[in-house]
Order: sequence, then C-alpha cells, then structure tokens
Amino acid sequence: MPTDPGARAVLRLRNITKRFGPLTANDAITFDLHEGEVIALLGENGAGKTTLMNILFGHYMADAGDIEVFGHALPPGNPRAALEAGVGMVHQHFTLADNLSVLDNIILGTEPLWRLGTGRAAAWARIEQLSRDFGLAVHPEAKAGALSVGERQRVEILKALYRDARILILDEPTAVLTPQETDDLFATLRKAVARGLSIIFISHKMHEVLAISSRVLVLRHGKLVGEAATADTDRHQLAHLMVGSEIVAPEVGGAAPGAVLLRMREVSTTPVGNAVGLRALSLDLRAGQITGLAGVSGNGQAALADLIAGETVPDSGVFEVAGEGVGAWTPRAALDARIGRIPEDRHRTGTISDFTLSENAVLEAYEKEPFSRRGWFDWTAVDRHTRAIIERYDVRCPGPDARIRLLSGGNMQKLILGRALEAEPKIILAVQPVRGLDIGAVTYVQNRLIEARDAGAAVLLISEDLDEILTLADVIHVISEGRLSPAFARGTKTPAELGVWMAGQGFGEYSHAA
Amino acid sequence: MEILDILISASFWAAAVRIASPLIFATLGELICERAGVLNLGIEGIMVVGAFAGWMAVYSGADLWVGVGMAMAAGMLFGLLHAILSVPFGLSQHVVGLGITLLATASTYFAYRVALPQVTNPPRIEAFKELPIPVLSDIPIVGQALFAQTPLTYLAFVTAAVVAFVLYRTPLGLAVRAVGENPHSVEAQGLSVTALRMGAVVVGSGLMGVGGAFLTMSAFNSFFFEMVNGRGWICIALVVFGAWKPGKALLGALLFAAFDALQIRLQQTSLGADIPYQIFLMMPYLLSILALVVMSRRAEVPAALMVPFNRGER
Repeated sequence: MPTDPGARAVLRLRNITKRFGPLTANDAITFDLHEGEVIALLGENGAGKTTLMNILFGHYMADAGDIEVFGHALPPGNPRAALEAGVGMVHQHFTLADNLSVLDNIILGTEPLWRLGTGRAAAWARIEQLSRDFGLAVHPEAKAGALSVGERQRVEILKALYRDARILILDEPTAVLTPQETDDLFATLRKAVARGLSIIFISHKMHEVLAISSRVLVLRHGKLVGEAATADTDRHQLAHLMVGSEIVAPEVGGAAPGAVLLRMREVSTTPVGNAVGLRALSLDLRAGQITGLAGVSGNGQAALADLIAGETVPDSGVFEVAGEGVGAWTPRAALDARIGRIPEDRHRTGTISDFTLSENAVLEAYEKEPFSRRGWFDWTAVDRHTRAIIERYDVRCPGPDARIRLLSGGNMQKLILGRALEAEPKIILAVQPVRGLDIGAVTYVQNRLIEARDAGAAVLLISEDLDEILTLADVIHVISEGRLSPAFARGTKTPAELGVWMAGQGFGEYSHAA
Repeated sequence: MEILDILISASFWAAAVRIASPLIFATLGELICERAGVLNLGIEGIMVVGAFAGWMAVYSGADLWVGVGMAMAAGMLFGLLHAILSVPFGLSQHVVGLGITLLATASTYFAYRVALPQVTNPPRIEAFKELPIPVLSDIPIVGQALFAQTPLTYLAFVTAAVVAFVLYRTPLGLAVRAVGENPHSVEAQGLSVTALRMGAVVVGSGLMGVGGAFLTMSAFNSFFFEMVNGRGWICIALVVFGAWKPGKALLGALLFAAFDALQIRLQQTSLGADIPYQIFLMMPYLLSILALVVMSRRAEVPAALMVPFNRGER
C-alpha cells in the first residue's frame, strides 16, 4: 500500500517525552499518521513503543509534547477523550472482563451510565454487521472468559470499531496468534484501511511489518532512529536500525553426541483435562546434542515438559536419568538430577513477579549452600550470585533488588537462563525459550544454548517455530497427539516433510514397523 | 415432633423474615462493594454507626424516615473514608476495612456517651410499626411471614430487586460488574475506575448503615453496645454464599435467619432442658459454614476483588 504524500495527517505527535525515574522511555518523538496509512512501529522490547501508545491513548501523561487528532489538540491522560476523538486501541494485554459477554464488553462505557435498560438489540445488530464487514467472527452472547486468544483479539478490535474509531492502534497484536490467525488479522486490517481507517501497528517481527505496513518507524532506547517507506527497505536494514548493530545469526557447529543422559521407553502419562497425555513415547537425550521437538501446539509438548521437569510422573514405561530409574520423581528430584529448566511461561511459572531478581535467581537452590547455611539465609551470597548472573548474562535491570516484573521479557528470560545454566545442568529443558523476545535476545539465548551443548549438556528444545528447530537442533522429533516420530538427523528432512508428521501422518506405519 | 410444630407456625417464619431484614440490607451493600472489586470489612462498624445514627435522630425528635436517611448518610460517610483510602490510595483493603470497623464502633460508643452521659438504661424510641398489607397478609403462614412486617422489611426486599435490576439491566451495573472483574476493561473504554469503585463503596456502605438502623428502629427499638454482634461478618459470608448475586444473597440471608429463629425456639423445647444453650447458639453458624462450603464451590469470584488499581500499571 503506497502512501500518498498528499494525504492529510489524521494524527500528529510532537516531541513526546516520557521519563520513568532515570529512564527516558520516550525521547522527543515526532511523527504524523496519514489517512489510510499503516505505520509499523518497530523496535525491540523496552524500546518505548508501548509507552508511546499508552500516552497517545491517555493511560499515561507525557512529560512534554503535544498530540493532535484530526487537527484538534488531544487532552492528555484521558482515555475517554482519545476514544471520542476516534482513537481505538487494541492492548497487548487484553482488556476484557471475563465475566461478561462479548456484547457487554463491547457496549461497556458506550452508553450514558444513568440510563434504565441497555440498547442490546441495536448493539447486537451493529456488532453482527461489523463482524461481517470486517471478517471478525465472534458470537455476541459468548462469555469473554470462554474465548480463545484469537477470538479475544477480535472482540478487542470490535470494541474499537463499534465506537467508530478512525485511528486504530494495535500493540503487538500477533504475539499471541497462530500464523493462520495472523493472516486473518491482516485481512481484517486491510479491510479497515480500505474503509479509510489509519493504523499504527506495533511489532518486533520483521516479516509482519513488511507484510502489512506502508511506512516503518523504528524506535530504539526511546528515540525515533529511523523511518522508511516499507517498499524501500528490507529486513536487513530494519534489523540493523532496531538493534543498532549487525545481527549475527547463531552459528551452529557440528555436534559431538555423547552418552544417553535421559532415556524414555514407552512412557505414557494421563491426560489432564483437555490436554494431551504422552502415548508410549520413547526418547533419548544425549550429551552434547540439541534434540529439537517440533509440533503443533497442544500435542503433548506440555506433558513431556512437565514430566522431565518433575511436575508429573509417568504412568507406565521406563524413565531413566543418567542410566538409573528415577525414584520419587518431583521437581526437587529433577533439580537434583541436574536438569536445568527454562519454562514456557516466564511470568507464571518461570518467575515470581513480585519477588526481586535476587529472590528469583535462587528460587531453585535457596535452601542449599552457599545461599543458606544451617537454616539461615545468606543474603550476601545471594546478592553476589545474582550480580554474577546479571553481569554474565547481560540482564539489563535497575539492580538485584528490583522486582522482576519491571523487567522486559528478554531480560527476564536472561535471568531465568542464567539461573538454569549457572547450576551447570547436565540436561537442559528449554520450552519455547525465545518466544516473544526481540531479535537481540533471541540470538543471545540461542547462542547460550549452543554453548551449553558444546560444553556437554543434553538439550531438549521444544518449540512451535519450525525455523528455530531446523536451525538449532542436531536431531529432530515431531510430536503429534502424544506420540513421537523417529529421530531425524539435521538436514535430512525439509519443513514440508516435517509438516506431514506434524499433521499426524506417518505414525501408523512407523509404529507397525517398530 | 416439636421441630415440625415450629416449622409450621406463622410466628417462626415471621421471625425469620424479621431477622433476615438487616442482613439483607447489609449483604446487598457488601455485594455492591465486592462486585466493584472492593472488600469492605468496615461493614461491622458501619452497621453500628447506622444503628446509632438512625436511633439518635429519632430520639432527638426526627421523623422515622429521616432517621433511616441519617443512618444511610452516616454509613456513606464512613464508606467515603474507606473508599478514599482503598481506591485512590490503593491501601490494603483488609487493613482499611478493619480500621474502619474499629474507628466506626469506637467513635459511635464515644458519641453515645457524650450525647447521653447520665443514662444507664438506653431510652426507647417509637419505632416502625408492623404494616400488614391488606388481603395479602391474610394468606396463612406466608401472609404472616412476608406481608405483616414493618416498612423497613418491605424496603429490604425492594432494595434487593432494585440492586439486581441496576446490576444486570443498566449500563451503570454493567460498568460495576466489569470494574470488579477487570478494571483495565473499564479504563480502556473511557470510564473512570476510581469513580465507579468509590461510588460503589459509598452506596454499599449506605445500605450497611440502613441495615444497622433496622436493629434500632425496627427490632429492638433502642440502642445498646454490642447490638450488631457480628452480623456484619455474617453478611460477608452471605455474599460468598450468594455467589455475588443479589437474588441468591437474599435467599442466603433468609436461610441463615431461619436457622437463627429455629434455634431460639428450640431452646424453649424439651431439648433445651438437656442441651446447653450455647450449642443452639452455634447452630446457625455451623449450618452457614456447611452451606457456604456446598454453595460456593462453583461461585465466580470477581477476579479483581481486593486488587488495587493503579493507572498505568499492568
């Protein structure tokens, strides 16, 4: 979509500056958004993209700067004024009330509060109309809490459209979507642009930015460092602008596989709720080798990860760590067996948000020397350990005593990585270790995993990103409905061939043969 | 069977409805607060304030309904203090609530002593009289129980209907239900989380005040210390029992009151001669705990209950 330079500016930001203590999150940012244009706001985590949009929408007050919408100054710090001026925002963390229906979530705040009854019938018709026009299928009476992530996002977009938003801000809309859902979202956005809406699309995923935007603005450390028409730029240039230096893709040397450190034979686990259990799964993890586990989300990856992490026990089959059958298999036993864990959800299971970096850094070893001596906690040792992790793993943070929730995803993940690797694990369980991270952090985490492999660790890399598996893994298994494919050596299967296994085909012949 | 005799007597059911009335007001008040995301542990103290304010107004010569208004206003005043501390300042709702209860109770007793320094026997007032509704009150048992009560009891039932209507049928109620579940949803739709929550706490506290006033103006006709006697805490349990829904909360209040009325009568039967009366006093509470366990299994707690909202924080 080429940008017509003559199109009028619907939104003007002038010298927006915002400081949080010593940190300048936005430094004199100025740009215009034109009618019918899609601007991509690109930048690493912590570059200030979300802060800027929160200022525009009125969640925060800027320390300096002005915003104009359709030629009128926008009063700062007032979401209602932003909504009335025609600005709609799809937040990264969805803002739905789970106890209410889709319709109630959409009409919330659109009617005068002091009114008897709600205009539900009219609202219903209008929502159905919008759903059809923009390809946002969702049932108005469904409870928000029961919706899938993709549906929740459609409701968020409907909320903005229902209020006749002319400017749509989407904050990392694709972070939680599957590729198919992302395509649907883009189709919706194109329809919106065709109807004259203007869009600001925040992302750190290059290919999406190139696919949807007409112009790219790059933010780095709170400053606007680059601007380009999408047609005139490429991945390489944008990555350079974003990170401020050349990106070096991880170099994976040849593996030197050693002994089998973890051995599973015909292991089955009980499905929990709707989750898939393991079905007679056999797997070897070898020292000095990265084993990649590919598969569509929800096919037993969580069951396998939970089992190796000590959170569940096998129902049947052989489960051996370091050549010996395990006794009482618990998270503690897994740690004692030198299994390092990088959990899938860093916020929920990887860290305790309101604990400090120090406390989080010793969560897995707080009761052991040197952190505890004769039952007493040694804060000096904890502090020293945390500072070492911060230093060695390049965790950017205010200090060891800061609460970990203040950190960006990438820095949080680096601390988790440091916590796992500093214990010198023999087996590393890495579940989606780079999901949601920016390029710099992705490369960093991947390189560290390769280093750990070269140092002799057995790494199990569970990922839904096939590219990541193909780049990093020395051997690849595909998991489907709790069953495991045979091991494929690096370079022996194309993505398409793996895709066939991921779709659940091939397992029949394989199990007969075995 | 003596229990059966009690259960088919009109006076038992009339007593149950009477005992339930203050609980209905206060439970609805607490329910409004909690639906907006604020646990109001000031309820016990606010009921004391309401009981005193209503009674004092009438004792000083005011009309009965003015007394009810005074009780409501006094409740709202302490509710406002609670709201300021717990909503914009975002302090711990437990600490604020218990503080309000202590402050409200103590300042009421103080005010009582200042107003009536020489009095040993609390003076009685001309309280609300029973107002039988023609025709309806002639229905056996049900008529006695429901339609031969004081106007404040009728008001309790009307209030339950109004609260249910506002919560589920108006934009305001929608906003209240949303703000207790996810305040970000309200903020993102351009409404003020602070205003909604403060408003809910103030209005809810007003109802608690009326609940307290029922005791002095429609039941005991006088004010004495310790008269609220834990009713506020019962209401907190009743909100859970009612799964944060006005209709179910009303039923819960009636059920608890029925147990209470039953135990009073059981004490006077032949059973009462053999069993210590304390056992009977415990009965409604034990049954409440049991009912709470059974009923609240699948209740949907407002997700943002007790979580202070700070703008701009995720």
